[in-house]
Amino acid sequence: MKRFGDGRGVEPLWREEVSIHAADERYVSRRQFAKFLVLTSLGMFAGNLWILVKSWFAKKPVYPVQPVARLGEVPVGGVRLFNYPGPHDPCILVRTAETEAVAYSQKCTHLSCAVYYSHENGRIECPCHEGYFSVETGRVLQGPPQRPLPRVVLRQDGDRLVAIGMKLDPEEVRRA
Amino acid sequence: MPDPEIRPSDSTARFPPERRGLTAIDGALALLAILLIVQMWLLTATLESWLAGHHGVALPGVLISGALALAVLGLYRFIHGVDREVRRR
Repeated sequence: MKRFGDGRGVEPLWREEVSIHAADERYVSRRQFAKFLVLTSLGMFAGNLWILVKSWFAKKPVYPVQPVARLGEVPVGGVRLFNYPGPHDPCILVRTAETEAVAYSQKCTHLSCAVYYSHENGRIECPCHEGYFSVETGRVLQGPPQRPLPRVVLRQDGDRLVAIGMKLDPEEVRRA
Repeated sequence: MPDPEIRPSDSTARFPPERRGLTAIDGALALLAILLIVQMWLLTATLESWLAGHHGVALPGVLISGALALAVLGLYRFIHGVDREVRRR
């Protein structure tokens, strides 16, 4: 046991053995804080640089040609689920009219919940956070998603609907 | 008639150099934090656009983020300089 110099009493034994002062450990000086901010800023810049490098070296994806469904198998307003381009990429096909069908990735662009087609509301909905997408273009109508649903490009071969690619941007789909 | 007492001016008495140095550092730190928030927003906005297929946003994003990082480094040098000067006194 050790006595405090100012006569406050006796210092407990554990104080001698654990000589770490939590308050001192938690103290952050202005200079340390400034260093932390600078490092974070450089980290943000590195993030932006990474996006640029990724877009420079991104290869153009090659999509398989895959039959999805026969038009007669899906009623108007009905849906068909399938995987495209890989076996772990769920997609949803919606037959919107007698001669028209659209298909999108089934993963919501917000947090990847599975979206479904609401025939009553005429839109694609995400049940997790009430994100709504246009069934015609895949654009966001409401809710937290910031990006449209990636669209599966379909080709009609007689009665058969064939998936031939994916488009991320609805404008690109409209132009094509 | 007695000589008027020579006293330091009011502003020097109230704001000694150490205190002024600290105010300058605090101001610079606040500006630094604001620049960092802008940079964070820029990164998330660029990433969202890039994921949406707009690859053209990557280059302007890097240029603006680089300029902000340079400004942050400049502010850090300023803080370092003021700090050194105040400590020297």
